[in-house]
Amino acid sequence: MATGQAQKLAKWALMPSVAALSAWAFIPLALTFYFAFLRYNLQDPDNTGWAGFSNFYYFFKDPFFIKDLINTVLLVAGVIMATVVGGVLLALLLDQRFWGRGIVRLLVISPFFIMPTVSSLVWKNLILHPVFGLTAEIQRWFGFAQPFDWFGKLPLFSVGLIVAWQWLPYAALILLTALQSLDEEQKDAAAMDGANRFNYFRYIVLPHLSRPITVVILIETIFILNTFAEIKVTSVGGFAGNLTYLVFSQLNDANDVGMAAAGGLIAVVLANMVSALLVRLVGKNLET
Amino acid sequence: MGSITLDHVSKTFGGHTVVPDASLTINDGEFVVFVGPSGCGKSTLLRLIAGLEDVSGGRILLDGRDATTEGPAQRGLAMVFQSYALYPHMTVRQNIGFPLLMAKLDKAEIERKVQDAARILNLGDYLDRKPGQLSGGQRQRVAIGRAIVRAPKAFLFDEPLSNLDAALRINMRLEITELHQQLKTTMVYVTHDQVEAMTMADKIVVLNAGRVEQVGSPLDLYRKPANRFVAGFIGSPKMNFLDGAEAERYRAHSIGIRPEHITPTRDKGRWHGRIGVAEHLGSDVFLHVALDGGLGHLTVRTPGDMAVSHGDEIWLTPDDSRIYRFDKAGLALDHTS
Amino acid sequence: MARAQSPRRTLIFTLVGWTVGILMFFPIFWTTVAAFKTESDAYSLPQNFLTTPWTLENFAIVQERSDYVRYVINTTLLVTLSTALALVLAIPAAWSLAFAPRAESSSRLSGWAWIAIMLAAAGVSFVTLYVNDWKVDNFVLGVVLLLLVVAPATLWVWTRNTSGTLLWILSTKMMPPAGALIPIYLIFNRNGLVFRDWGWINLSDFNLMDSLWGMVPLVTLLNLPIFIWMLFTYFKEIPVAILEASRMDGASLWNEITRVLMPMALPGIASTCLLNIILAWNEAFWSLNLTNKYAAPLSFFISEYSSPEGQFWAKLSAASIMAIAPILIIGWFSQRQLVRGLTFGAVK
Repeated sequence: MATGQAQKLAKWALMPSVAALSAWAFIPLALTFYFAFLRYNLQDPDNTGWAGFSNFYYFFKDPFFIKDLINTVLLVAGVIMATVVGGVLLALLLDQRFWGRGIVRLLVISPFFIMPTVSSLVWKNLILHPVFGLTAEIQRWFGFAQPFDWFGKLPLFSVGLIVAWQWLPYAALILLTALQSLDEEQKDAAAMDGANRFNYFRYIVLPHLSRPITVVILIETIFILNTFAEIKVTSVGGFAGNLTYLVFSQLNDANDVGMAAAGGLIAVVLANMVSALLVRLVGKNLET
Repeated sequence: MGSITLDHVSKTFGGHTVVPDASLTINDGEFVVFVGPSGCGKSTLLRLIAGLEDVSGGRILLDGRDATTEGPAQRGLAMVFQSYALYPHMTVRQNIGFPLLMAKLDKAEIERKVQDAARILNLGDYLDRKPGQLSGGQRQRVAIGRAIVRAPKAFLFDEPLSNLDAALRINMRLEITELHQQLKTTMVYVTHDQVEAMTMADKIVVLNAGRVEQVGSPLDLYRKPANRFVAGFIGSPKMNFLDGAEAERYRAHSIGIRPEHITPTRDKGRWHGRIGVAEHLGSDVFLHVALDGGLGHLTVRTPGDMAVSHGDEIWLTPDDSRIYRFDKAGLALDHTS
Repeated sequence: MARAQSPRRTLIFTLVGWTVGILMFFPIFWTTVAAFKTESDAYSLPQNFLTTPWTLENFAIVQERSDYVRYVINTTLLVTLSTALALVLAIPAAWSLAFAPRAESSSRLSGWAWIAIMLAAAGVSFVTLYVNDWKVDNFVLGVVLLLLVVAPATLWVWTRNTSGTLLWILSTKMMPPAGALIPIYLIFNRNGLVFRDWGWINLSDFNLMDSLWGMVPLVTLLNLPIFIWMLFTYFKEIPVAILEASRMDGASLWNEITRVLMPMALPGIASTCLLNIILAWNEAFWSLNLTNKYAAPLSFFISEYSSPEGQFWAKLSAASIMAIAPILIIGWFSQRQLVRGLTFGAVK
């Protein structure tokens, strides 16, 4: 509520941001859409024209497509499972009182601030390396002559481990914030009602966390769908590539703009399904 | 000069009409109080005068000049908000000086005027504090200081005392009244509290559902309410209303009797009833009486310390010369006397 | 008041808590140790990390071999410029959304009318492209086609009610970079653009690939939604009456924002900036795809170590520590704002 003059000013104050974001959201999308139906390879610049759905057809027929799609789903599902379960446990732990809790909290959230290229290379080399890595050393100490080759044998799991390490602090921090907003009186009331620790967690804490857990799942889905640096930098794209990586390699290695655009559109559709849920959830919160 | 005229002003918010059609003249130097129940549109009306909202129809004249399309800054009015709306990051000095800074006065001039305002309001010792370090009453004074410092055409007060405790409220009520007598500037004051309206106003405007029900001096409204709404709103405790046979007797659809115009007696009178609650205030007693025969409930105010309590039987007699008569639509009929 | 906790319980939680904390932090700690060892010691660290000598040589080597300082300058420029630009765009937008909210759309057209307009624009574009044999080699035509797509959409967003605008802003953050990579790559890399012959305009003057001129606006746009949302939630906490008071006091919009709103919202603005500095600093997808030398930031610099020659762990560790230390410290300070910034108000 304000005067018409203020409303008018407000409208124009909003314009630069809306125009910029609108250009950012719609121009690439429109061009991706356009390219996806085009014969367009950078190595063969004169051969252009309408391609119909053939880009999509070849994309779906690409042996990497199904594998990478499955990888994408496995990566997202696995990391989310790990971070939500781990996040709840971590949040419960950090909600307790103990000596040095503030410092432990800082230690726990630190991985979130590490740039993806750093964490990828550190994990691949210093931690998981099959000969010189820390885990190899530990295995030898336990008597295994031939330490496990994480990135060789389980590339997707290894990438998942790195991504989970980065996102676990995020889940823990948000769930901890939610936990701390739980009314202290509810705890007292539950104690008066004779609830033991387990019942208190089951009937009070978990329902209270259901909403933040949903938020964590949705936001992590959107970010982890786009996992890229961890795959590229650890050079496992051929085995553990996801959809984002496939689009990149279509552009970068095959130079096929049409195909890459078709893949990009598929990624957009996938992400939109999740983001529609998230936007609805946030929107509900906005009304109240 | 500071006269304000509302000429058929209306205000609609997204299809919902808050003020259907209000016309009103506020003369220079008057202390006018807008009073009414919450949601009656009194604050909206004040914000329309301030220029914080646009009118949907009609005109607003300041000193006869059409100010309908002017922004709040151009109108030359000052406002004191319910929440004080002090700038928390500025000291008291900077808060009071802000309007002068915006008017691009030079530093020495600002300092002089701030000192003047601080003297009038007894804020001299607090000039370097931030609002967060002040009590409610002091914040209220700073808000007033910020308003008076640039000598506005009129002051607009939006329920300025509702955040203060009871004792402080009475104090500030006196201070604002004194300030008005000192400055002789037009003041428009919005409140839901009819006691504030009665004690402070030169002229009261009673509002209900966006309509101006009656305009007049406090005693006018008390003595000659134009309708049932005004009659019930002005006066404390509230006026009693009776209808049916008792009202027929006065050739009216309903009648109103103020609690202070009923005499209670032990042995005989017009109506017989039983006391529900007796509120002893020391100087007065308020009796809540259920009349026999389902005639209704009456509140009676009687001076002194009449020794009555719950369950006592009592006779009540109204002062016939002070009975208010209303027709079916609630409008006042001619006084019986 | 919470009851006192038994010392035994406190002790157990202290042990568990510290174990978990150290485990989570361990990779960072380990990198820090390796950074201060000689290259050959770094490869046999676990047995002897206390006995081997400490050294600073890796830091010198990293700088000498790969010009670390240049990457730091690039990253710093990228982060500060994009944050400043986002701030300039986001403050008026957040002010508008927080203090002049619209309950209803200000457009008289219905949602279906907007959809019809956008479909019509898409149809016109389609026919135009068809007629031109799917080539756009005319600058004017290219711009007209892009405007045809973007202008109706922009106007539609612009006239929506406040919560609609906010949610749309949020949804732009959800767009997967894979969907935008191809056109952005082609726009940035003039050699690959399908409409590359625009006649009178010499596109080689506007090469955005591997240039801060391209990266800064890009990162700004990546973070703008979070910027607007965070500022919006902070501004919402400021009572409107105070801004109205400033209007009554004769403040112009400029004074209202710079003298009243911004000083009051300063803590919120600072934490918004901090979070976005972290996000911009760590951005990897676009840096890896669109830079390789002149504008490359630290995340690209580190990725160079994925195909090294010879022993490189100590140098990798030293480079990593230099790349993450500043942002880790900023992160520790702004951890509480993280929740607000990365949940879009859905968790309080």
